[in-house]
Amino acid sequence: MLLSQFGPRLGFDPFAEMRRMQSEMNRLFADFETGTAPDFPAVNLWASSDGVMLTAEIPGVKAEDVDLSVHDDLLTLKGKRLSADEEERASFHRRERPHGSFSRTVKLPFRVDPQRVQARFANGVLEVALLRPESERPRKIAIQSH
Amino acid sequence: MTNDVDVHKPDRSEVNRRPERTRDRRVFLPLTDIYETEDNIILLADMPGVGSTDLDVTLESRVLTVTGRTTDYAPSGFSLVHAEYGAGDYERVFTLSDEINREAIEAKLENGVLRLKLPKVEAAKARRIAIAAG
Repeated sequence: MLLSQFGPRLGFDPFAEMRRMQSEMNRLFADFETGTAPDFPAVNLWASSDGVMLTAEIPGVKAEDVDLSVHDDLLTLKGKRLSADEEERASFHRRERPHGSFSRTVKLPFRVDPQRVQARFANGVLEVALLRPESERPRKIAIQSH
Repeated sequence: MTNDVDVHKPDRSEVNRRPERTRDRRVFLPLTDIYETEDNIILLADMPGVGSTDLDVTLESRVLTVTGRTTDYAPSGFSLVHAEYGAGDYERVFTLSDEINREAIEAKLENGVLRLKLPKVEAAKARRIAIAAG
């Protein structure tokens, strides 16, 4: 990222347009590296000191078609969004929904215990609750005064 | 609801053109596929997080409005550390042409995807013309 000395407070930033173009280009070319859509499914992460909650928007996929695996601090979501049989013979007026195979690996803020992972899937939203291993949880240290 | 950074808004102008809403929520355009088969026009809209009780499909003369409401997700004791999608409702408006039989529209919501089946009227269906040889 370019840093300019002209902050937005001056009201004029000659590099703003350049930065905008740069990010636009990055976005444009990000898609070319893999065959699948890079941002599917969209993921939100929630963290506390005990664990992580992950939610992902995967509409149109059945629960049994989502493959979820956890290794150390990496969580991988895999699956396939199928098109209906009749779509093959159909003519499309509009096609905005991503389709095909997807695979995403998310790095979690810490290692999680693969034995204690719970996943729920409702209305196209996947919810995964992951807990840290008991031995790695932060411990509160009592501070003794004098 | 003006300066939202939205994940699901391919065309934000469409939502901002709508009249003021009574719910203070962000509104997303659901990503939609529309395809045509011999007898029907099928509309698929991604509305993750919307259950069948939170969905409204209304038809007012030729204007079909799809509205889906979601509830905020906030696990207690957790704080959001990474977000790629925002919470909000869904709304999208479609104008139907005369070639659709408006009495026979079917809607189904499954795994967060709304499927609308819009049957064509008889007159609009493609007909194969037999060619008489001889």
